[in-house]
Amino acid sequence: MAPDASAAEPPAAARQAGDAIIRVRDLTVGYGDLVLLEHVGFDVRRGEIFVILGGSGSGKSTLLKHMIGLNETTAGSVLIDGEDIVTASGDERRAILRKIGVMYQSGALFGSMTLMENVRLPLEEYTDLESGEIELIARMKLSLVGLALFTGHLPAEISGGMQKRAAIARAMALDPMILFLDEPSAGLDPITSAELDALIKRLSRNLGVTFVVVTHELPSVFAIADRVIMLDRRAKGIVAEGDPRRLRDESQDRWVRQFFNREPEAVAT
Amino acid sequence: MAALAISDTPDGRRMLALSGRLDANSIRRVWAEGRAAIAAAPGQRVVVDAAKVDYCDGAGIALLVDLIAQRKAGEVQVANLAPAFETLLQQFDPHEVEQDQDPPPRRHGTVAEVGVIAAGMGQDLRDQIVFVGETTSALFYALLHPASVRWKDVWRICERVGADALPIVALISFLLGVILAFQSAIPMRRFGAEIFVADLIGLAMLRELGPLMTAILLAGRSGAAFAAEIGTMTVNQEVDALTTMGLDPVRFLVTPRIIAALLMTPLLTLFADLISLAGGAITLQSFSIPYVTFVHEVEGIVDYSDFMAGFVKSFVFAVLIAGIGCLRGLQTSAGASAVGDAATRAVVSGIVLLVAVDGIFAVIYFLLDI
Repeated sequence: MAPDASAAEPPAAARQAGDAIIRVRDLTVGYGDLVLLEHVGFDVRRGEIFVILGGSGSGKSTLLKHMIGLNETTAGSVLIDGEDIVTASGDERRAILRKIGVMYQSGALFGSMTLMENVRLPLEEYTDLESGEIELIARMKLSLVGLALFTGHLPAEISGGMQKRAAIARAMALDPMILFLDEPSAGLDPITSAELDALIKRLSRNLGVTFVVVTHELPSVFAIADRVIMLDRRAKGIVAEGDPRRLRDESQDRWVRQFFNREPEAVAT
Repeated sequence: MAALAISDTPDGRRMLALSGRLDANSIRRVWAEGRAAIAAAPGQRVVVDAAKVDYCDGAGIALLVDLIAQRKAGEVQVANLAPAFETLLQQFDPHEVEQDQDPPPRRHGTVAEVGVIAAGMGQDLRDQIVFVGETTSALFYALLHPASVRWKDVWRICERVGADALPIVALISFLLGVILAFQSAIPMRRFGAEIFVADLIGLAMLRELGPLMTAILLAGRSGAAFAAEIGTMTVNQEVDALTTMGLDPVRFLVTPRIIAALLMTPLLTLFADLISLAGGAITLQSFSIPYVTFVHEVEGIVDYSDFMAGFVKSFVFAVLIAGIGCLRGLQTSAGASAVGDAATRAVVSGIVLLVAVDGIFAVIYFLLDI
């Protein structure tokens, strides 16, 4: 199915008119024999908040794993700032990974380390800064996400929303160009979810970081997304691409409208 | 209780009169009777009379749907069902109950299944070889760049692997010495050869049982703990997080554990040797062999090569226990039982490998006349 082009026009904001920082081309996504997406291609522009949308099981998180090089890719390419993560290995791959930060659905903070130690870790591994300097940078990152008073806490001692914010702080430790967020709002109450959305917007605006966010939480999508792509399991590809509000209001695709308007697929009578 | 009355009307219809309470606890018998009654009346129209049904839940509706679905549309009708239950029944089309859209999981024949299992074992072997290569490389890197090792983690793991294991190692080793002494002293007393029990305990514990029993204890204790800890990190995506930070999980997670095991296992083996000798010496008191005689006898029979034969093995066992525990942890898949499975696999394959490698050592020592 071809993507719905009815709402594909980019937003007017200047920062969204940047060049493509990620180019996905002809990518096939899946596990083993199971193919979830076939020959998908799209660009993520520098500085934008790009959201990957889709129903459960549509391959959103799997696509993200291919984009960050966690899953082995059999067909296609993912160019991050001009370098293909699919074919890169060793030092090349490490150089690409330095440009990105990832926040996983569960936060994936190291349970045996305090928040401070979690944020310090990438700095200790990648820089030759003194311990005090690393401490200062880590404290600033935690402060950016509102956790300056919790640096000595273990992940198990703070709430789910705080864990996700700490995970963002860790992902930002090395000031990456791109932040990938996998289901940031999953399992959070509406207020915490809205706070996280505000944080993402603020970081995007103030730091100029490009965000790639996987979610199916519509309030979050409308709150943060500059541009979305929508995946569909049956089409095994992208069925819509563009500004989420325009897609909701103008899309000619029945499934896209259903998704944005939260209509059930088949209503029992 | 549900009941079913079957009758035929003069105009040729079969009547199934349901009555009572249709719920999951009461419909088993009437369900079978109803199906049989419909099957026994081919060509007849069937009416399921639900006028006397007092209560009908989801299971009762399933019964009605199933009875309707026994024939083509319109041939089985449900009549006189109370409106509240009728609404429930209308939710389902008996002839088009939704089926799973995905194809059923592919099932293999016996031969193919054997092939799949063999391929899985081959893959596991490949994974182990790759892991051995990665671990060796990481250990050499650690040797050349000691500052790259996370020593804080190493000391923490040392405490858990070594100090925390002292009580159980002491208990088992002491009892092993006691049991070995009793079991051998009783028959040897018949020949007046109790004194040689000290020789037996000295040689058996230092060359064989001390290192092996300590390693088996550690495989059950620390190997399983490594697998569970890293397995939980895998499930929580912490290993993925390391990977996307560009940090090698082998260097970060496996190296500290192998170093800790390498430091602690030989020490625990020495400790086990001493404690088991103490157990044997105490037991032999009851056979009128004083401590000084026991020590003198052990010193006479056990030489440096016997001690080293056991001690060297403990280093190899350490690498095996820690390596297999970490590998199983990194191989953890998704699911509720995954971490438990990883720990079980770590213990089972750890013990099998320990015994196999111990056998190889026995052959090598025999050939080298050690």
